Amino acid sequence: MNLLEDFSIGLFFWQTLLFVLLVLLLKKYAWKPMLNAVNDREEGIKNALDSAEKAKREMENLQADNQKLLKEARAEREAMLKEARDIKNKMIEDAKDQAKEEAGKLVAQAQASIETEKKAAIAELKSQVANLSIEIAEKVVREELSNKDKQIKLVESMLGEATLN
Amino acid sequence: MQRKMTVKTITLLLCLVSFVSFGENKDAAKGDKKTEIKEYIQHHLKDSYDFSLTSYTNDAGEKVHWGFPLPVILWDNGLKVFSSSKFHHGETLAEVDGNYYKQYHGKIYKTDAQGTINYDEEHHPTNVKPLDFSITKSVVMIIITGLLMFLLFRGLAKSYANNGGIAKGFGRFFEPIVLYIRDDIAIPNIGEKKYMKYMPFLLTVFFFIWFLNIFGLTPLGVNVTGNLAVTASLAILTFLLTNLTGTKDYWKHIFDPLGDSMPWYAKIPLYIILIPIEVLGIFIKPFSLLIRLYANMQAGHIVLMSLIGLMFIFKSWIGSPLSFGLAFAISLIEILVALLQAYIFTMLSALYFGFAAETHDHAEEHDGEVQHL
Repeated sequence: MNLLEDFSIGLFFWQTLLFVLLVLLLKKYAWKPMLNAVNDREEGIKNALDSAEKAKREMENLQADNQKLLKEARAEREAMLKEARDIKNKMIEDAKDQAKEEAGKLVAQAQASIETEKKAAIAELKSQVANLSIEIAEKVVREELSNKDKQIKLVESMLGEATLN
Repeated sequence: MQRKMTVKTITLLLCLVSFVSFGENKDAAKGDKKTEIKEYIQHHLKDSYDFSLTSYTNDAGEKVHWGFPLPVILWDNGLKVFSSSKFHHGETLAEVDGNYYKQYHGKIYKTDAQGTINYDEEHHPTNVKPLDFSITKSVVMIIITGLLMFLLFRGLAKSYANNGGIAKGFGRFFEPIVLYIRDDIAIPNIGEKKYMKYMPFLLTVFFFIWFLNIFGLTPLGVNVTGNLAVTASLAILTFLLTNLTGTKDYWKHIFDPLGDSMPWYAKIPLYIILIPIEVLGIFIKPFSLLIRLYANMQAGHIVLMSLIGLMFIFKSWIGSPLSFGLAFAISLIEILVALLQAYIFTMLSALYFGFAAETHDHAEEHDGEVQHL
């Protein structure tokens, strides 16, 4: 084998020159833009997938939030209703108590005035009875003392009684 | 079952071939044909100064050549540029500025006006060989391949910009290959951080070798990648790129492979053997690249052309179709080899670049090595 003899310096020279030139040209005009484009594309796909995943998660969160809000609203309505009912009951209760108190007061007042009226009435009655009795007694006495006999008799009886005492 | 049948058939056919060829060997008249084919193959494997498509001998007994001449550029006390048609396909002397040049075994020699070639004892010509920078057939094919690659990949790169990051057109076929080289050759061997620096070389070398290998299988019959100068150039570029971009760790691995695992006085006797081996390794790696590609392509061409040549030697009903079948099968294998050799060259280059680019600490690795020693 005469390998070294076959080795052509000229071909080596051209091959090296042309190949280095080709590498540099392709690097500038083909490989760099191509690899960048592919990288960008891959990055884009990755980002798109990521953001889709993110959107999905956000959607789920949103749904959960909605559910929570709904539940909260329902609970709040429930609470409000309960409160209203409580207030109503309390008001009724209060009204009842107040009414009872008022009524009690009225009754007591009435009783007190009845008592005073009664006392006044009794007092009046007593005075009228006294007056009447005096009148009667006057009349009786006048009748008694209209004739002398009777007057003397009475004085005597009274005197008799007085001495006896 | 079917495979068994196939094997049997092939064995039978091979027996027939050996029988037939044995029979043919006895025929002395075929000797000329064989020599002619051998010479033809040898001629084909070499570079040539004109781009010949085909040649034949016409009825008048003259050799007719189809093809076109290429410029011959010589440096012989000044630049000499002339058309290779002056050689008349190596049949005549070319006279330029009073100097005479002659083609002998695919090389240009300076001769006297009569074209005398002087030989030494080993039958090597002793004539002066002028420095030869001719645009030979191989150079033309390199230029054509370069242009083709430039147009193809530039178009592909442009289609990305024009289509919003999606390849369009014929070049799209090559996108998966480019991505394969990036994801399965460059990144695993060189690493995520530094692979971008080597990508232009790896991609160019892969497609360059592949395309030229495929061109070698076309009837154009160019054998560019089966030429030592071409593979040597590629391997030297790999060598330069590896060693010029080598990190501190790379050189440390060569000149101080044991690191801190041993005291310095223990390392001295080992290093007397180790360092020369490591240094030799720097050169053996690219050398294996150049020989592997050259030998594979050269061997493929020799086998293929020999099998085609057999058809003309057999000239029989059994032998010729058989050698045609074999040639066809080898052609298919050669298509695979064309891709495989491009892959291997790229893969190994990437591996060597990976050594050069490594920066990680390999203390553990060295502990292992010490134990092996």
